[in-house]
Amino acid sequence: MSDTDDPKAGWPLYEVFIRGKRGLNHVHVGSLHAADDRMALTHARDLYTRRNEGVSIWVVLSGHITASTRDEKDPFFAPSADKIYRHPTFYDIPDDVPHI
Amino acid sequence: MTTTDSAPSATGGAEQELQERFDTSIAKDRRIEPRDWMPDGYRKTLVRQIAQHAHSEIIGMQPEGEWITRAPSLRRKAILFAKVQDEAGHGLYLYSAAETLGAERTELTERLISGRQKYSSIFNYPTPTFADVGVIGWFVDGAAICNQVPLCRSSYGPYARAMVRICKEESFHQRQGYELLMTMVRGTEEQRRMVQDAVDRWWWPSLMMFGPPDGDSPNSAASMAWKIKRHTNDELRSRFVDMTVPQAERLGVTLPDPELRWNPERGRHDFGTPDWSELQRVIKGDGPCNAERMTRRRTAHEDGAWVREAATAHAAKQAARGPRGSHTEEGTAA
Repeated sequence: MSDTDDPKAGWPLYEVFIRGKRGLNHVHVGSLHAADDRMALTHARDLYTRRNEGVSIWVVLSGHITASTRDEKDPFFAPSADKIYRHPTFYDIPDDVPHI
Repeated sequence: MTTTDSAPSATGGAEQELQERFDTSIAKDRRIEPRDWMPDGYRKTLVRQIAQHAHSEIIGMQPEGEWITRAPSLRRKAILFAKVQDEAGHGLYLYSAAETLGAERTELTERLISGRQKYSSIFNYPTPTFADVGVIGWFVDGAAICNQVPLCRSSYGPYARAMVRICKEESFHQRQGYELLMTMVRGTEEQRRMVQDAVDRWWWPSLMMFGPPDGDSPNSAASMAWKIKRHTNDELRSRFVDMTVPQAERLGVTLPDPELRWNPERGRHDFGTPDWSELQRVIKGDGPCNAERMTRRRTAHEDGAWVREAATAHAAKQAARGPRGSHTEEGTAA
């Protein structure tokens, strides 16, 4: 390791998102380390798109992402579970009504 | 897991509930994701396995990399370049997966170059002829495919996803190796001898890639229970043999095992026992190329230090100069 101020510190971690082709959303594909944004983009190209996997790349410092917890029972998501009237199957429509 | 005496009892109860929820997820074949609660043993096992896997990909660049400057044609050179670059990529996907578990990249690199973490013993064998490039693609990448395809269903999400990407690329690796050998066996008598010689040297070490026999594999049981691993070492080894025998026949080479024969009752091949003492020796550091591989990796890391420092200094200077991120062309995220 080098003799810099913080010898253990590597480059910061970036998360990588790739648009596979036009018409699709960017999707998270993994992460990488880079010294700055520009290097993160070129490294992401070399690492995650060696076989035409993408037409557009986003990179973002991992530390800049704010996330909910991944716990399924988290009360954070509770409000979406108890509103069954938001789903089309909540409504009884007679079978002889067409196109609905 | 167990709680210490000093921990308040409420924590113990909560932890037990988390453990139960984790066990249910594993039983129902749900994926575990980075921010989920997981037992310490699960996390440690994964970090160890993923890191060793990553290190293997990185060290795995060396045996074939030695042939890049000596490849017999521009076509073979370009293919070999692409393959070795893929190995680097695989290492990085896997380091990325390990980092979702809280491992630090600099720490993982340090553990590799200080010898505290291992890599696959197969990469400690030499590559004296160009036929070795072909046989590595055929055997070593073929064995890797056997090992890795079931890992695409591993219980830990980021590991499974990394394996999906890797498996797609391994197929190219195996096929280029087999095609290379097909070309050589159509050549001169000397070339055919080179192929057979490489087959003789790589066959047993390739069988050892699957690890010790099931009765002697201390970590297997836990990894199977956690669904990190899906099949035992012996099962995967047997699959590899079944897969490879017809390919060897088609190529016209002999696999160097007098006990190898089809067993119609089992519907599988019987085969001999690898020299497990050799595997132990190579794992302990006494293989033909252990020292060379480690020295090369350590030197590459040390030689690259000034590049990493310069890039860090450049990034700091750019950051001090102007607004963050304004120099990228595709600035808007839409």
